[in-house]
Order: sequence, then structure tokens, then C-alpha cells
Amino acid sequence: MELYELTIHAAAELLQKGEISAIELTEAQLRRIEQVQPQIKAYLHVAADSALKQATAADIRLAAARKGGEMAPPLTGIPLGIKDVLSLAGQPTTCGSRILEGYIPPYTATAVEKLAQAGAVFLGKTNTDEFAMGSSTENSAYFTTHNPWDLDRVPGGSSGGSAAAVAADMAIAALGTDTGGSVRQPAALCGVVGLKPTYGRVSRYGLVAFGSSLDQVGTLTKDVTDAALLLGAIAGYDPHDSTSLPQPVPDYRQALRPDLKGVRVGVPKEYFVEGMQPAVEKAVRAAVEQMVGMGAEACEVSLPHTEYALSVYYLIAPAEASANLARFDGIRYGPLADSGNMWENFRQTRGHGFGPEVKRRIMLGTYALSAGYYDAYYLKAGQVRTLIKQDFERALEEVDVIAVPTTPTTAFKIGERIDDPLAMYLGDIFTLSLNLAGMCGISLPCGFDEQNLPVGLQILGPALGEERILRVAYAYEQATSWHMRKPEL
Amino acid sequence: MGLTIQEVEHIAELAKLQLTEEEKALYREQLSAILDYANKLQSVDTTDIPQTSTVLSLANVMREDEPAPSLSQEVALSNASKTEDGFFRVPAVLEE
Repeated sequence: MELYELTIHAAAELLQKGEISAIELTEAQLRRIEQVQPQIKAYLHVAADSALKQATAADIRLAAARKGGEMAPPLTGIPLGIKDVLSLAGQPTTCGSRILEGYIPPYTATAVEKLAQAGAVFLGKTNTDEFAMGSSTENSAYFTTHNPWDLDRVPGGSSGGSAAAVAADMAIAALGTDTGGSVRQPAALCGVVGLKPTYGRVSRYGLVAFGSSLDQVGTLTKDVTDAALLLGAIAGYDPHDSTSLPQPVPDYRQALRPDLKGVRVGVPKEYFVEGMQPAVEKAVRAAVEQMVGMGAEACEVSLPHTEYALSVYYLIAPAEASANLARFDGIRYGPLADSGNMWENFRQTRGHGFGPEVKRRIMLGTYALSAGYYDAYYLKAGQVRTLIKQDFERALEEVDVIAVPTTPTTAFKIGERIDDPLAMYLGDIFTLSLNLAGMCGISLPCGFDEQNLPVGLQILGPALGEERILRVAYAYEQATSWHMRKPEL
Repeated sequence: MGLTIQEVEHIAELAKLQLTEEEKALYREQLSAILDYANKLQSVDTTDIPQTSTVLSLANVMREDEPAPSLSQEVALSNASKTEDGFFRVPAVLEE
């Protein structure tokens, strides 16, 4: 087994015992990136020099801890990828956009800073749809990332770079962000584990804002144990983010148990729709059957407002984005047009700096918030959002978790949906509702279709129900071997 | 329901986005299709349903107003295209 194939928990054990060094691991990881980056294009920016320095520092910490008979912080020497919408001081942060070309943030996002405190090594910044708006990484202004299972297909998005990096062993694990499914959907399409925590569980400070009432930092990992470990490292209250939750962070690994006795799993009929790929439905239903075989109880539940989630999301998220992206005017960062007139500078800077999808969403959001349309679109969407949230609250009174497919189809071909925004948006129907409700969810592999493309199973839970969804996901994962399959590269 | 080119131009101006003629035509068509789809919300009865603008029950998160270290002027200006005497330089805002 190559060092870059390790999980966090396996690598951490070897590092703490001194059986491998952080330098060896980071060097192996960087060689792997060099080898497969030309095909996969998961990284926008590889930070080899600083990664090696961090690895050297990690080895010193590990040696000192061993000498003192102690453990170094849990992520010491673990090489990670970071989605390029999260700020890392001193390294380019482009958000996949031309409008931030050359921008070097002067501060680090809290989630990333917490990983640094825990001893992690940062390999570089992973590709993303521009400002995290998209489901394929085709909206990156730089290049499209390729799915490691089939290079002609998308890795999903917007955290497609992070998901492809983990699937192709170009990082032990990675951070992503999830506004409408952007961690879970690429995790499903790349056959890895993607966790979206409860809104507010992880600080958004230093995450370049897209939809502020929906955005949440999440994890992409090779297994559920790593998701528990990584979440534990990034979660918690942050005085820099007034929407971060003050509740204490549990030891999520303690929640992982290999049985499902007495767990009630809700299966909503609204998530098995006409037009979905039969192989996806089959794999997800078989996963639920398997959970029943392990002692769980499956119950039909209803989330009756599911069909409206797409409309609600594509009004609220663009409305919030249109406000958040008003700050990109070329004055404080990014390239600036120079016409001599301030308003003309703004129009040109923004017109040239933003790509087609970002402009489309700014236009849509501006329209939904504009005089005469606010009540019909933005307010109405906010009211239906309440109904969607109530659906989940009601269902989760009857069951412990909800099991659904992550996506209606497996990975689609590059170019297949890019000219039809509505078709692209429809691929998000199974992930959006969770963000609208602010609850937590995890996607993990549950099978493969006839073309050997991974299928994702989503386990959804209530606000701050991370221990519950991790437990169910872990038990299922331990009873199956889907997560151990690797793409051939 | 379709948007007119004039409406597209109005929205672009509100958002300060310069668009080409091709972009205007494309966005007119695409935004019309998306809004048409979103109109299915109008069939939902939302009488007396409150709006959710945040899922959090937190309100008015307060802290003491104490001075703390912040970015230096030099660092804060480090990404700007144009600076002068420690300020961001912009074209004249007020017309004569």
C-alpha cells in the first residue's frame, strides 16, 4: 500500500508511533499529485514548499510528543487539500474566478486555522465552480476537474476539486463547502464521503460568502471515521462569526458504533422520482434493506414540499449572492478596469471579472430582490422555506434519520448540461432542501452503476444531529466494502 | 412569463454588470425559463406562514466593544490595484 492511500486515522497512528514521518507522507502525496494532476486537474494551486515546511515542523512536534510520552495534536502531519473559497493567508485564493486573480488573503479562515492548530499540512487549493456556484466545476474560470472514475465525466461540484483529490489519492482528506449540496453531490459522484454539518456548527469566517443563510464548511474524506475526526477539528463557536453555534463540540468518534439496533430510518417517497437513474434507486433501496438487516427499522415518511425546494433555493441563494458579490468592485482586491469613471469601472470590472453562471445568478438575485418583485419571489420563497423546514422537523419526530439518494444520476459527461442551467440545477434536487432547513447530512458510497460509476447514499439528521448521522453511516460503511474501491489511474 | 431586453438591461444596471448584446439575449431567455419554473411557488398557500431568513434561533449576538489587534494599513492595502498615501485610490465620485 502506498502512503498516499492512507486514511487520516491510519496515517495518524503511524505518525504518532514514529513508523512513518510527516515528510515521507507529504513527499509521497506531492509525488502522487504530480503524477495524476495532468489528468484530474483537482488543484488550482499546489503549495509544495510550504507543505514541506509544515511537514518538517510536524515531525519536530511528533518527536517531542513521543519523547514526553504524549500524543501530538490529532492531525499532526496529515496532508490536506483546501477548497479555493477558503482563505489561507499568503496563498492565492481565487474562488475559481478571474475577479480574484492574484488575490492573496491577509488572514486565514477559522476552519483552516483550526486544522493548522491541530497540526495539518496544506497541500494546496482545490478547484471549484466560480464562487461555489455550480454542480460540475465546469464553471471554474481556470479549468474543469475530471472525475477519477471516468475522465470524460464531471466530478460534481462545486467542491469537485476536493472530492476528486480525495478519490484520486491526491490528498488524505479535504475541506469543501456546501450551500446546496456542494460537498455531498461531488462526494457521491466521486465515491467518497462528504459531510455537511448543521448550519452554524463550523465558523464561516474567512469563507468567501455565497449564500450566507445556507453556506457551511464540510469535509471530504475516504471514510466515515475520517469525517468524524475532521469535523471534530473544525467545529465550534468562533467570536468572528456571530452565526456560529455556541454548543460544545462532542468527540464524534465516540459516536461511531457498528450496529443499528433500534434505529428508525425514514424513507421519503418524494425522493424516488420519475426520471431518476434506475441503478441509483436500486442501490439506495438495497442500502436501506441492508440497514434493516442490521437491526434498523425502515419507515415511510413524507416531506411534501420537496418539489418546491429547487424554486426556493434558486431564488434565495442568488438573492443572497447578489448582495454578497456586490463587494467585488476591483478597488480593494482583484484586477480593476481603468476607464477614469467610477461607475464605468465597476461595470467593466464586474462584467469582465465574473463568469457566465455568476452573472446569471447575480442577475436572478437582483431581480428577485428588486422593487415590485420582492414579495412575489424573495418573500414567497422564504415562506415556503419555512414549510420545507417544518416537513423535516415533523418527519424527524417519527424517525431518527432520513435515508435518500444524494443525486438522481451518477456522474454526467463534461459538457452535457453546461448550456442548460435549469437541467444542471435539477441535478441538485436531493441536496438543496437540507441547506434550506439548516440541518446536517452525510453522503457515502452505496454501490456502482453498470458503468462502474459510484452511487451516493445520503443520511440526513436534525440540527446538531451529527453524532446520529455519523453513527448510522459508520455502521453501514463497516458492513460494506464500497468505500474501499479505488478508481484505476 | 418572459423578461424583456429592457428589463434585463435594468437588472444589469442595478447589479453594475456590463453585458454584451449576446449576453443580454441569452440571459433574457435563461432567466425567463428559470423564473417560469420558479413560478410554481405561487400555487403554495403561505397565508400566515412566517418567512425564514435564517434557520438560527440566535438573535442579537452581543460582545464587549473592546479594542483588539486588526490588519495593519499596509496589509489591508496589499491587494489593491491603486493606493496613495495609505488610502485606496478611486476615481472622483462627486461630479462637478
